[in-house]
Amino acid sequence: MKKDIILAGVGGQGILSIAAIIGYAAMENGLNLKQAEVHGMSQRGGDVQSHLRISDKEIYSDLIPQGGADLIISVEPMEALRYMPYLSQNGWFITNTTPFVNIPNYPDTEELMNEVKAIPNHVAINADQIAKDIGANRSMNIVMLGAASLFLDIPYEKLEEGIKFVFGRKGEEVLDANLKAMKAGKDFAEENKI
Amino acid sequence: MKKLMLLGDEAIAQGALDAGLSGAYGYPGTPSTEIVEYIQRNREAIERNVHRTWSANEKTAMEEALGMSYAGKRVIATMKHVGLNVAADPYMNSALTGANGGVIVAVADDPSMHSSQNEQDSRYYAKFALMPALEPSNQQEAYEMPFMAYEISEKYHLPVMIRLTTRLAHSRAGIKRREVLNENDLQKPENPNQFMLLPAYARKKYKHLLAIQKELVKESENSPFNKYMKGEDKSLGIIACGLGFNYLMENFEAGKCPYPILKIGQYPLPGKQIEKIINECKNILVVEEGMPLVEEMLNGFLGNKKVKGRLNGTIPRDGELNPQIIRRALNLPELPSLAIPEIVTGRPPALCVGCPHIDTYKALNEVLKPYGKGHVFSDIGCYTLGFLPPYKAIDTCVDMGASVSMAVGAADAGLFPAVAAIGDSTFGHSGITPLLDAVISKSNIVVIIMDNDIIAMTGMQDSQVTGRIEDICMGVGVEKEHIRIINPLSRHHEENVKVIKEELNYNGVSVIIPRRPCIHVYAKRKKKS
Ligand SMILES: Cc1ncc(C[n+]2csc(CCOP(=O)(O)OP(=O)(O)O)c2C)c(N)n1
Ligand code: SF4
Repeated sequence: MKKDIILAGVGGQGILSIAAIIGYAAMENGLNLKQAEVHGMSQRGGDVQSHLRISDKEIYSDLIPQGGADLIISVEPMEALRYMPYLSQNGWFITNTTPFVNIPNYPDTEELMNEVKAIPNHVAINADQIAKDIGANRSMNIVMLGAASLFLDIPYEKLEEGIKFVFGRKGEEVLDANLKAMKAGKDFAEENKI
Repeated sequence: MKKLMLLGDEAIAQGALDAGLSGAYGYPGTPSTEIVEYIQRNREAIERNVHRTWSANEKTAMEEALGMSYAGKRVIATMKHVGLNVAADPYMNSALTGANGGVIVAVADDPSMHSSQNEQDSRYYAKFALMPALEPSNQQEAYEMPFMAYEISEKYHLPVMIRLTTRLAHSRAGIKRREVLNENDLQKPENPNQFMLLPAYARKKYKHLLAIQKELVKESENSPFNKYMKGEDKSLGIIACGLGFNYLMENFEAGKCPYPILKIGQYPLPGKQIEKIINECKNILVVEEGMPLVEEMLNGFLGNKKVKGRLNGTIPRDGELNPQIIRRALNLPELPSLAIPEIVTGRPPALCVGCPHIDTYKALNEVLKPYGKGHVFSDIGCYTLGFLPPYKAIDTCVDMGASVSMAVGAADAGLFPAVAAIGDSTFGHSGITPLLDAVISKSNIVVIIMDNDIIAMTGMQDSQVTGRIEDICMGVGVEKEHIRIINPLSRHHEENVKVIKEELNYNGVSVIIPRRPCIHVYAKRKKKS
């Protein structure tokens, strides 16, 4: 078993929480794990990514080779496309469709979505809207995790445990919102997977 | 025992703690910051009362570490690569004084300059100082190395460097812990002259340092961190240092490399194994993260056609390594991969919406408009992002503290206005001494100390000068009436413009302190507590 995952987004959008939850679940499943994060300058609204590698064998590189990622999970559509060179030929591309516009020359969103739709294995999901609809405004990232959960080969309950591990201390309300968000993301992906 | 999921930085911290650490001294700097931060929130460290508050800068940190070593205890000094430049004086001299309690100098380099002004390779400093260095290839080694470092440090009475690079510093993996060692007892150096570097003593110590080099090479030859791995195909031998080893192995199924490999994790280089691989193999590929230190050594001045790496273009001369680069160097076919769609544009980091620095720069820009560009010397921190549009408020960024000193020099040359724009922590790090220069030479400068209550750029550490800035400025000799506090908010814009104008027109040293917390201060403080 091997899953190489690129997590992408903009500094502050919560990709490290996604990584922490998957990481926890993978460890609990007895798998090896390496997870490279971005700290520092880029966290000030710049592009950030995390390389998450899970395997039942020894993992060498902290970075995923280009052309080697089984999954790209992105909380922002342009950031998803930035990591295209990493996607393997049979890899899945799972992205939020809500743009995060903090630069003056952000591309036309329709053209951006055309690029996304041209990718054979893609799931495009308006995670911001779904999070809002279920009253979990701040859990857009966890909606994305839910959508990706279908492709992780990690039992769903283990991911739920991961959510408890990461959000447990923040109180019942936050925890429930995130569990709900993950479920909503999963349901959406199940209905819309091509 | 359950594995701990730790960043490379955190693994070093946990390793040092488990190897009997009594104190950590450092100044924040990406990618080294998480070493001290881990110790600061580690329950066992708090119970043991391990020293763990930030120092004013890397030089004071290195010296404080030496002091703790003098008192017999095990200590770690942490910094980013450019921090070692600041600490270079005590660092170089510590190779002569040596250590009493074990000393680790943990330095994190940033090849590709993700968050840095340059990409210098700290292994050169270790070689320069004739000091042993350890370079982990993974998180488990990062955990194990402090044990070895203290052992060598106390055996040879010499500080030991642990060098790591961004990707390992900021990558997590599971760690297996070892048995925890006790801290050392308080004990002054056996030799009362050990830390005395009067020339007559220093000469002797230098000879001693030179004499033990052979033994340090032997240590490297027997080190578990230097491994000779056999391979059938002797057309190529690969010397892989630190993280380079992982990028190499990534390219072979189940870690089966056909070529002999010499994995390097401890310096000085293990002479015997280096000789063996050179004699055994037709060509040598050197894989090292950072600058071509080993490659240069093997090449010598006359060059060695056998040796390939960064110097002959087999691997790019600059930037960090990755699996693709090594794939190409090995002439392996590339994995098929797509290009980045053209529509994707860059997303550089930027000041947050609501950042206090924005309002400071807006006021400053208005005041300086009549004088044109080229008057604002700045420094390193979030506020450096004020160089970018739409603010375009500053003109320079060189090294911590250089804003004040460069403004002094420029003003002395006759440039008017000469403004320094510096963050509160950067001021504490290296801005105070040039301010003293300015007072002494009565330079006509305005120093803007942007007090956002925190060290923001490196992830919200407590600033060493919070609550002390006015007192420091007065203590240095700035006149009280020319130390002005402003509130950087748009509703105070007119007032702020007026204050800056007034101080610009004062012929002498003025300090203006825009004071408003970074918008993330409260959230971060809450999270950390
Ligand atoms: C010698 C050296 N040490 C550390 C750093 C890392 N570093 C960059 S900016 C910074 C602190 C900036 O803090 P402050 O001046 O308070 O500005 P802020 O980011 O809060 O605006 C640090 C520690 C560095 N670049 N050089
Ligand atoms: S982190 Fe704070 S200081 Fe840095 S840009 Fe954002 S608001 Fe400004």
